[in-house]
Amino acid sequence: MNRILILFAHPKFEQSRANKALVKMVENKEGVTFHDLYERYPDFNIDITSEKKLLAEHDVIVWHHPFYWYSCPPLMKQWMDVVLEFGWAYGANGKALQSKKCLNVITTGGTRAVYCSEGSNNYSVNEFLRPFEQTARLCNMIYLPPFTVMGTHNMSDQELEDYTLKYEQLIFELQQNLPFDKMKNCEFLNDTPQLNKITSK
Amino acid sequence: MSGSILFAAIVFLTGAIICVPIAKKFGLSSVLGYLLAGILIGPYIMGFVGDEGQDILHFAEFGVVMMLFLIGLEIEPKSFWQMRKTIIGMGGAQVLGTMIVSFLLFNMIGFDWKVSLIISMAVSLSSTAITLQTIKENGLMNTTYGASSFSILLFQDIIVILMLAVIPLLTDSEKTAIADDHSDHIYLLENLPLGFQALAIFLSVVTVVLAGRYFFVPMLRLVAKTRLRELLSASALLIVIALAYLMELVGLSPALGAFLGGVVLATSEFKHELESNLEPFKGLLLGLFFMAVGASINFIVIGDNPLMISGLVVAVIVLKALILFLVGAIFKLKADQRLLLTIGLAQIGEFAFVLLSFAYQLNILDRVELDMMLVVTALTMTLTPILGIINERLILPRVGTKKAETRPVDHIAKTHKVILVGFGHFGSTVGRFLRSYGIEATILDNDSNRVDLLRKMGFEVYYGDATRIDLLESAGIAEAKILISAIDNSDNVIHLTKMVKEKYPNVKLMLRAKNRYDAYDLLNMGVEDVYRESLETSVKMASDALNHLGFRKYTIYRQAQKFIQYDEESLRRLANKPKTREEYIFKAKKEMKQQEKQLEEDLNRGIIEFDNHWDSEQMREAHNAPEH
Repeated sequence: MNRILILFAHPKFEQSRANKALVKMVENKEGVTFHDLYERYPDFNIDITSEKKLLAEHDVIVWHHPFYWYSCPPLMKQWMDVVLEFGWAYGANGKALQSKKCLNVITTGGTRAVYCSEGSNNYSVNEFLRPFEQTARLCNMIYLPPFTVMGTHNMSDQELEDYTLKYEQLIFELQQNLPFDKMKNCEFLNDTPQLNKITSK
Repeated sequence: MSGSILFAAIVFLTGAIICVPIAKKFGLSSVLGYLLAGILIGPYIMGFVGDEGQDILHFAEFGVVMMLFLIGLEIEPKSFWQMRKTIIGMGGAQVLGTMIVSFLLFNMIGFDWKVSLIISMAVSLSSTAITLQTIKENGLMNTTYGASSFSILLFQDIIVILMLAVIPLLTDSEKTAIADDHSDHIYLLENLPLGFQALAIFLSVVTVVLAGRYFFVPMLRLVAKTRLRELLSASALLIVIALAYLMELVGLSPALGAFLGGVVLATSEFKHELESNLEPFKGLLLGLFFMAVGASINFIVIGDNPLMISGLVVAVIVLKALILFLVGAIFKLKADQRLLLTIGLAQIGEFAFVLLSFAYQLNILDRVELDMMLVVTALTMTLTPILGIINERLILPRVGTKKAETRPVDHIAKTHKVILVGFGHFGSTVGRFLRSYGIEATILDNDSNRVDLLRKMGFEVYYGDATRIDLLESAGIAEAKILISAIDNSDNVIHLTKMVKEKYPNVKLMLRAKNRYDAYDLLNMGVEDVYRESLETSVKMASDALNHLGFRKYTIYRQAQKFIQYDEESLRRLANKPKTREEYIFKAKKEMKQQEKQLEEDLNRGIIEFDNHWDSEQMREAHNAPEH
């Protein structure tokens, strides 16, 4: 069973309806380490050694965060800046993260419709996530498509519950050895049949 | 006119108090003021001082001993060792060169070769008292000129011992008996073979070093524990006098012994305390010494033979200056530094009085020669400071590199940019953190036990009461960028602040305040950097409490930062006008009501309102508005 590390970054978690629901579903799962960055490092003073140890102990790394200004909140960027060191995470001798799986789990206020060349945001979520994708690639990790919870500004409780169940199923699937090659081809992991068979009941 | 000691004291003190400020007013060195005062009160003008002038001269020479002890304190043993080449090289060249040329000169004029030799010895020596006093007054100790002068003077201090040893050899054997008359020094070793003398001298130097480290420092610690300031002064005096006495006993120069003692104690925590205790004594004794020199100028001798005397004075100064200029050139001093050195050391020094009198007692010199040379000595001592001023005002500005060179020779005591006062729980944290940045503050603390302990842990901590300006001065406040006060006694902080603001307005003050009211006082004194010791800690504690209650850390963290900012602003608002504590309390009560209101409002709006950057409520509302 793959060990999963959820790196969670939300500066105002207590105010986020969507994320509270999502986190509640996965944080205490067996084989999952839920790591709340803003709670652990309110002063942005990240303990690099312990972060590296945590990464080494897991097979799947999840960057779970709201999509702020088309990116992650600053503490997660800080985390990337200081933890993913040259010679450890990348570079000739940087093999610490090699072959680990990696993906973004994001929430956005706007719907999927506004994230495309015709929409008001002009680009797709996948395009906006390029820096993450390339970061994972440089660290020799396998980058999977994101799991997205979009349109939270106007989301019914029922819809939100569907998403939380999908998230739970995603974690379950990630723990198994999935055909990751096939998953890599879809836009969002939300679209894979494995996640949809459960929620479409 | 020499009825009592009290009268003599009145004469000397009055002379000093009148003449020195006048000299200073005209921008002259205090040395000139003292010399002038001495001439005025001396036997030929006002006649207040008669023959006892010579006795006073001998007594006041102790000021030179103290000065060398204080200079020794500024030099760490390691740096002293590094100076050895300069001392022997420059000093040796200067003494030897001057002796050869002046010997030839005086021999040519027609003096007997023995007399010429004695005179050339006297001429080769310069005045430590005048030169170093002037250098220190002008703040030139850190320049090449200062260091070179010091090296040469130190060499002279050493070589004079040899000279005193050689002089008796010049006398005819049947006349040696008279040597016993010489009562200045008690030569304990006089009758011992040469080898034993050398051994005794070596042992006494070892004694000074060992006593400094293993006897004086523990003694000072013991005395410091009594917390009686006058006992520390007494100990400081005792150390210097004991060193001088030991040196006299074995026939070494007391000044040299004091210097060695100073070097040994330079690394002790009492360095600054010793400095500030001895400084006034040294100042007074040196002043007395200069006045005695002035009073000893025999104007009758000058009157009898004005041409000869003035000719000699000019010849001596030119000759010494020439040699110094050459030495400066050989050792590659820059033009301005070389000029300063040339004129600074061009006088005959106080050792000449000793050498010449000694030679007179041994019948090598006759009365006329002695008087003549004493007058020449005193006159050169008076003239060179005047020449120095001419040099400084008229010549140097044309020479170019006027500004003092920074840190040319490595022996100068290092000065830190930060002075940290108080090294208790608060101050030690400040000091440790600064140190983690490689900033070694000069630390002052008045708890000798703590000083001792911290020194063992490798901190540079000095013992002393920082509300004394002289101690702050010896700790180098003149060069300090920042003074951090971490002491908790609010009266002392206020005292310290007043003092530093008045005398060193350019030093940045950073002060620890016990509470709001102390902070008001300090803010109203114009200090901007006031740190209440409890503010950050109590907010941190409340933050942690909130976290235990289940609130998110990052939100609390931001709220805490805002709270502190708000509190600091209100502190500064409040501090502004009121002058009495009652007014503060009244105004504070009003402010408190406001704060209460504010807090109430915060609560009503909900804590979140403080920080709505990530609040999606507004966006949600906008999103759900009809047009979407």
